Amino acid sequence: MKLANLIILTAVPLASFATEHTDSIHLAEVVVTAQRPAEEIIPAQTLSGKELKRLNSNSVADALRYFSGVQVKDYGGVGGIKTVNIRSMGTNHTGVVYDGIELGNAQNGQIDLGQFSLDNMEALSLYNGQKSEILQPAKDFGSAGSIYMRTRQPKFDQGKNYNVRAVMRTGSFDLINPSALVEVKLSDKVNASLSTEWVNSSGKYKFRYRRVNPAGELAYDTTAVRQNGDINATRIELNVNGMIRNGSWSAKAYNYNSERGIPGAIVNNVWRRGERVWDNNSFVQGRYTGYFGRFTSLNNVKYAFYRTHYVNNDDKQIKIDNLYKQKEIYFSSANEYEIDSRWKVSMSYDFMWNTLNSDMYGFAKPDRISNFLSAATAIDLGRFKAQASALGTFIHDHLHGQQSPPDKKVFTPAVYISINPLRNTDFAARAFYKRSFRMPTFNDLYYADMGNSQLSPERVTQYNIGLIYSHSGNGFINAARISADAYYNKVKDKIVAYPKGQQFRWTMLNLGVVDIKGVDISALATIEPANNLLVTVRGQYTYQKAIDVTNPADNYYRHQIPYIPHHSGSAVLNLEWRGWNLNYSWIYVGSRYNQQENIRYNYTQPWYTSDISIGKDFRIDKVGIRALAEINNLLNQDYDVILNYPMPKRNYRFSLTVEI
Amino acid sequence: MKITPLHIFFLIILPLLLASTSCREDELVVPTEYDIIGDTHQAESSIRGFYLVNEGNMGSNKCTLDFCDFATGLYARNFYAERNPDEIKELGDVGNDIGIYGSKLYVVVNCSHKVEVMDAYTGKKITQINIPNCRYIRFHRGKAYVSSYVGPVLIDPAAPKGAVYQIDTLSLKATAKVSVGYQPEEMEIVDDYMYVANSGGYRAPKYDNTVSVIQMIDFKQVQQIPVGINLHRLKKDRYGKLWVSSRGDYQTRPSRLYVMEKKKGYNQMTVTDTIPVACSNMAFFGDSLYYYATEWNNFTASNTISYGIIDIRTKEIVSCNFITDGTDNEIIIPYGIAIHPETGDIYVTDAKNYVSSGTLYCFDRKGRKKWSVRTGDIPAHIAFLSK
Repeated sequence: MKLANLIILTAVPLASFATEHTDSIHLAEVVVTAQRPAEEIIPAQTLSGKELKRLNSNSVADALRYFSGVQVKDYGGVGGIKTVNIRSMGTNHTGVVYDGIELGNAQNGQIDLGQFSLDNMEALSLYNGQKSEILQPAKDFGSAGSIYMRTRQPKFDQGKNYNVRAVMRTGSFDLINPSALVEVKLSDKVNASLSTEWVNSSGKYKFRYRRVNPAGELAYDTTAVRQNGDINATRIELNVNGMIRNGSWSAKAYNYNSERGIPGAIVNNVWRRGERVWDNNSFVQGRYTGYFGRFTSLNNVKYAFYRTHYVNNDDKQIKIDNLYKQKEIYFSSANEYEIDSRWKVSMSYDFMWNTLNSDMYGFAKPDRISNFLSAATAIDLGRFKAQASALGTFIHDHLHGQQSPPDKKVFTPAVYISINPLRNTDFAARAFYKRSFRMPTFNDLYYADMGNSQLSPERVTQYNIGLIYSHSGNGFINAARISADAYYNKVKDKIVAYPKGQQFRWTMLNLGVVDIKGVDISALATIEPANNLLVTVRGQYTYQKAIDVTNPADNYYRHQIPYIPHHSGSAVLNLEWRGWNLNYSWIYVGSRYNQQENIRYNYTQPWYTSDISIGKDFRIDKVGIRALAEINNLLNQDYDVILNYPMPKRNYRFSLTVEI
Repeated sequence: MKITPLHIFFLIILPLLLASTSCREDELVVPTEYDIIGDTHQAESSIRGFYLVNEGNMGSNKCTLDFCDFATGLYARNFYAERNPDEIKELGDVGNDIGIYGSKLYVVVNCSHKVEVMDAYTGKKITQINIPNCRYIRFHRGKAYVSSYVGPVLIDPAAPKGAVYQIDTLSLKATAKVSVGYQPEEMEIVDDYMYVANSGGYRAPKYDNTVSVIQMIDFKQVQQIPVGINLHRLKKDRYGKLWVSSRGDYQTRPSRLYVMEKKKGYNQMTVTDTIPVACSNMAFFGDSLYYYATEWNNFTASNTISYGIIDIRTKEIVSCNFITDGTDNEIIIPYGIAIHPETGDIYVTDAKNYVSSGTLYCFDRKGRKKWSVRTGDIPAHIAFLSK
């Protein structure tokens, strides 16, 4: 009977990578990447460099809240699971790419972005649809939306052949979070970096539930401490980059090891739970890019091993002690040929093998072989640009001791165009159409009792039109950019849990149909109102109407789907003045419903948090130092992002960075 | 005037801060909603109405209590929170059973690990009795008995046996407990022996298959009778027979309904019949047993739902559908059943997809729909309140 819940909890946290903070204290340089619109056929949002560092973000998931069209599911705290949903299509439609190779989780298709810190992150980009490039792995043409995480590449000043950086962070939740980065120039053509991080936190924070009755009298008001949200995690990452004749190569080895408590839902009479999870995730990946005249070849290989150990120690519940092991082998070759300066074509082939093994009763132990083949072309006529791509996906699953389900073949095209109608202005109109799908995960298909091996892929069709204007100059306004996109998405054959029999027994069916209409608006401006004073303002607003149109007989027919607000947005204001930096960020998520039916009983209030930070950069001899103090949830709002998962009240963080 | 960072801060940030403090409201205790069902009873009826427990999906903390009042013809949805506004986080997570004994109403809240005790006529909380993973409640001679999945962790900590707790209905404290089989579900008391259906649901595929027999005099388990795997329902009829349902293993062994009786001259229950039907739940009226079953069919990827009536004297299936007007096609997942002890009206709940409002249907004795009403999430358990 508690199985359904267990599945959800055990299913979520598989692929995990932590992160770290590796940030350079390059003074004075203000990175405002106002890309020329012409470069950007596909709606993209980027946070990079200093701007990324200044946002009061613990993790990649926190930073993604500043992108329009994104909803972050956050179960609270340092170790809480955080997943993102782009344009209401569902978490499983989001591709997450780490230094060029997509992170996979064949078990549940979700990447817990709470496990990536921003420590050595150089840029974070979000693309609706795919990246504006045709030279990329075939798999990258597949997601409905993609997040690209790029870690810092070593750069050495003249005459220097190493960089060392150490960061210490501490603050609320008993956080201890040191990290270190060493970059070494091994030769003119080869460099290496080693980045390490340790996160330890009790995960304890105060939260408050307060209710009043309709007469305005206090019904109850209670404050408690979140329990079993502790985390102890290490991350170690080694990178080697090299240049060779006609090309470049890089290699990465990565390990993330954590022990976490799963705090669980706060319900009547239950304030503490006993679930714990140990993750040990490792991968090695390599990349080679070769340039041969008009021909470019990009090749990737990866081997990943993820081990998850889940235990439920709660003596009031079923005892569970399950071990899951996932392996992935991946190979990709992407090749581009430039027919002339305006016309390029590419072809990519990817191979992937996944397996999942578990000691859980009734688990099918699946193996999956996926082949991806893509062809793409790009035309650039100056004021008119277009890209078209087509991806064929061929998937074969093999099961131990059971009949394997039929193979799946899916063909998904995409077309992107961008027009710059006015001469000499940075104004462009763009449009895209894309079809994509997500494969049912191993859990959807084969989870004991609940999985349904007959599932088909879940399909999405996206239509988008948008405008972008940007300006850069040296006057009062250094840079400005505004973009607006309107979109219509349709999700078909959505994989939903369907009840069978009694007592929370479920199976998965291709049942849902969701209609999504939305508008994303984002704006950015950097102004210099006085000497040495730089002001950056960034704002973002999203409107979404995402309704369930599965069946007119449902009492939630045409209701907004769970946890998607109609309105959401954020605003960031940053002031930089003689080494001082003041950052204020505000996030707003409008009212939404925690279940399918839009009734009062499922209503969840809006939440909005104000975060503020102040930092100072200075130098002692050759040592760069940065001190930063952050206050998050300044107004001490008591809110839940997910029902019964209370978020922290006001909290603090301090960090000190030393760079040599 | 020279613009400084401070000016900008106050000009831009403060309005934002102010704006942002104005759009969140105080969280209200969710008020009760009323629907008119118009089903008022004769003045001479001894039944005032009934309570319905909505389980609520796990982790949602949406166990709610509804009350159907035959005096006014009103159906009150989500009755508990308004009556007990100061109870932190309301009724709790996953209701699993309800019972009325004397003037008190007992609701078993499984994932909140408690039995909530209220005044049956006002719905006001009296107290709660904490029982881990509690499942079902029955009453006998001034005591309430509650089955629990986890009993004392003594023999094998990895697989603790279940227990039945005894609660004194005056002091409202747990006074004793007895260890039974694995993950016990429903129980009944016949002639000073309690019979408990053990499921072993935490031990799949090694399900329990026994009914525990507890001697009430000294509250000790005296026997475990093998019946069928993964037992769930256990109800006594007016002749002292026990009707026990097995959930099966959801794979090859289907759900079944067993009959246990005492042979003449013996004091021991034995399995006398296996009724070849699947059974999810049942209720009695006169000599009829009304049952329904929901069974998942892997080949059609759909639920097979059946409703029927069994004559409890002959143990024959006398009807294959007690809903006669075609309303059964509207019911997605039947989840609870109760029969009005005087009128014979049949109440069937529909849990739909478990995560949206359910529906309560009322049928007359002939199986024709009288009315239906929206309920909370997963409407399941009904208890009739006497005047």
